[in-house]
Amino acid sequence: MESGCKDIGEALKEQLPPLTPNAASIEADRCLYCYDAPCTHACPTHIDIPRFIKKIATNNLRGSAETIFAANLLGATCARVCPVQELCEGACVLGSDHKPIAIGRLQRYAMDHAKQTGGYPVVKAAPTGRKIAVIGSGPAGLSCAGELAKLGHAVTVYEKRDLAGGLSTYGIIALREPVEVALEEVRMIEGLGVEIKTGIELGKDISIAELQAKFDGVVLSVGLGRTPRLGIQGEDAIIDGLEFIESSKSGIIIDIGRNVIVIGAGNTAVDCATIAKRLGAERVTMVYRRTDREMTCYEHEYDFARKEGIEFRFLSQPSRVLIDGGLPVALECLRVELGEPDSSGRPSPIYVEGSEFVLTADQIVKAVGQIKPAVSSLLGLETKKGFIAVDDGFQTSVEGIYAIGDCIRSRGAASTVMAVQDGKLAAMTIHHKLAQQPLTTGVV
Amino acid sequence: MADLRINFAGIKCPNPFWLASAPPTNSGAQIHKAFEAGWGGAVWKTIGAPVLNVSNRYGAWHYGRQRMLAINNVELISDRPIEINLHEIAEVKRAWPDRAVIISAMVEAKPEAWRDIVRLIEDTGADGIELNYGCPHGMSERGMGSAVGQVPEYCEQITRWVMDVASIPVIMKLTPNITNIVLPARAGVAAGASALSLINTINSIVGVNLDTLELTPSIGGKGGHGGYAGPAVKPIALNMLAELGKDEIVANSGLPISGMGGIATWQDAAQFLLLGASSLQVCTAVMHYGYRLIEDLCDGLSNWMDEKGFKTIADVTGKSLHRVSEFKDFDLSFRAVARINPDKCIKCNLCYVACNDTAHQCIDLVSPQGDLVSPLSYDVRSNGKHDAVETRPQPVVRDEDCVGCRLCYNVCPVDECIEMIELPSGRESITWSQLSEQQPVITEDWEEMKKYRDRVGIHIH
Repeated sequence: MESGCKDIGEALKEQLPPLTPNAASIEADRCLYCYDAPCTHACPTHIDIPRFIKKIATNNLRGSAETIFAANLLGATCARVCPVQELCEGACVLGSDHKPIAIGRLQRYAMDHAKQTGGYPVVKAAPTGRKIAVIGSGPAGLSCAGELAKLGHAVTVYEKRDLAGGLSTYGIIALREPVEVALEEVRMIEGLGVEIKTGIELGKDISIAELQAKFDGVVLSVGLGRTPRLGIQGEDAIIDGLEFIESSKSGIIIDIGRNVIVIGAGNTAVDCATIAKRLGAERVTMVYRRTDREMTCYEHEYDFARKEGIEFRFLSQPSRVLIDGGLPVALECLRVELGEPDSSGRPSPIYVEGSEFVLTADQIVKAVGQIKPAVSSLLGLETKKGFIAVDDGFQTSVEGIYAIGDCIRSRGAASTVMAVQDGKLAAMTIHHKLAQQPLTTGVV
Repeated sequence: MADLRINFAGIKCPNPFWLASAPPTNSGAQIHKAFEAGWGGAVWKTIGAPVLNVSNRYGAWHYGRQRMLAINNVELISDRPIEINLHEIAEVKRAWPDRAVIISAMVEAKPEAWRDIVRLIEDTGADGIELNYGCPHGMSERGMGSAVGQVPEYCEQITRWVMDVASIPVIMKLTPNITNIVLPARAGVAAGASALSLINTINSIVGVNLDTLELTPSIGGKGGHGGYAGPAVKPIALNMLAELGKDEIVANSGLPISGMGGIATWQDAAQFLLLGASSLQVCTAVMHYGYRLIEDLCDGLSNWMDEKGFKTIADVTGKSLHRVSEFKDFDLSFRAVARINPDKCIKCNLCYVACNDTAHQCIDLVSPQGDLVSPLSYDVRSNGKHDAVETRPQPVVRDEDCVGCRLCYNVCPVDECIEMIELPSGRESITWSQLSEQQPVITEDWEEMKKYRDRVGIHIH
């Protein structure tokens, strides 16, 4: 495989520049300041959007950032990675016959100001004497930990990776969110008194029994696993999409093929294809067994991919990786026809016997979802469609063990902002629960 | 195409738009340029007593991103030597015989000072003189400007001195910094002025700098009231103009009025004409955008006049004056209610909050299923654009409770979404004057008032 690598920093640098003060002011002034605004309803964390925008318009940037943090501690990440077209901006009343307010970019403007001035949330509550363990430091875990800390609880976060931040640090392409933004958010949460211990994995370096003995509550925000196996010949030569993104963020030069195939049609698949294209691949093709109507990526991501020059092979099911000298040279696929809708409501793919065809590729990446959390079987937790089952208060089948984020997302699209909201709501539940219990160490 | 020419107290020009006496008319070179752009006339920046100026002269009031809704200034009258001004005036008039060149003047309150300045101006060939009784800053501290304009007797006295010697038309310019604008106008009539003009600038402090705590603008750390002008003052100017139009003495005198105060568009201009102006002066808008504004002022006004069937400026002048009335003569039985057009409504709900918080609580929120709902009543777990948009309630006016205050109409950001619809009140037409004449007890006693309301069917919740 030939290395067609470009300067990663340059090729994948944050796509949108920050708004200038003038642009932010003009945009903020355009906001109508709706009452009971639909953008706020559409935001899973229900940030009071008109209020924070009005504060940008009056040059009260500190107040603007505080308004965002009050609803969403990870406002800096959400400002960058939220699918705003589907959420706040998609609901903007100006969208019907004009242009919605650039809410995401205004939020980023306020968050950048908070970073520049250190205007971060502080703990105002007195210490409660309660201790909570959070497993996993992705958006759900950080949000939950930060909210609990604000309420006066002592929180320890255990993270198995070397760096905290979860998918924000490892899984979002730098084009959307530079690593530094995620790490700054981690520091902000630490600034609330949260202790983050990295390199510690539940079930390996620490047991659930130990946690239950030491803490008043345990919150699992472990996310999901790697990409599932396709079960095809030569699969070991395929790169895991999440690892592909991770390596692009590590700053280490990665090898990019000339002819790259990405299997899958979700947002992660688009990210992988974008990385390959930006880092010098001549041709990048996304291979998907259904059509563009069934793709799981957001419409704006599909548009983005097309503008990047990424090609698509629909109705194609990978069946074999052809390997020469230990390296992939092509992907063999079967032609697919669409049948009756399956359990997902989408037409079921019917593989056409003997329709094999070959797509040349010297690098193949797969991004076809993530495997379900292994921790449920480890802890003996009940599951729902393979995800950890929780009640309305985010408690699992085991008293005192809670779960939030992608690992419980059995319904709807997983997203950073949903994870942040889980963390916030779980923190409230835990807080209220603990307030009703006498102060003795041990799991609630 | 409408005929925009005017003959204002004998001063003729191709259109009714003059540059007001202000920085845009400070020099011959500027006025040449303005006339090339198409201005019908210019009132030369006031000449007269010797002065010295300061810097940081102009403040401004901005709202949101809209710059300069008003300007505020402490600039004095012309600080250029008077001979230079006189020389340039003569030059401009020679070059532009068809345009109105009017010279604003302000000197000490001495008959000989006024006699001298009038003679100097007439020697230039200028078309008219405007008496500056308005400047509210600086000159007033020296007994000139608004120090004159605020005392009708002074206005009359000085104008008499001028009229005694002047052979060209004389316009007396009024200051708005006075309780009753009619009194100085009547003084002008009594003194035999050829015309009136209004308004000059309004006393104002435009703001305080929140970093330095100094006034804006800061003149070496100090500031003070300056003259306020621009689009924000237009409603004040229109009211004063109408007051003159409704005053019998002023109206019967037949003195033409040159209107100004916030004219920035042809629509503003048309409104001044409708309320009685027959020439128009513009300053702040030009200081914002330059002389080129004249093109649309004329073009827009002309198109509107064509559309409305007005052939001349005189046809338009005063056309709405008969509608200027007083509360006591309004029909108490006239009823209008707001109607929100759901097809145009974008559901910003600004009308809802304005009505319910600050007006008369007669707008409801109705869910797509037709149920009355409270604001902010969605489930905390509901999110996404589909939830937000598809469950968004529609504001609807309850006719029976709507008092027709028109606040929702004013806050609605969508053109023609909210309309005020006339509904029959079922009551006989009556005014407060008639009521207090016919049944005075109702207007004096709450119990009687209540009985009257029950009788005629006025229900106020």
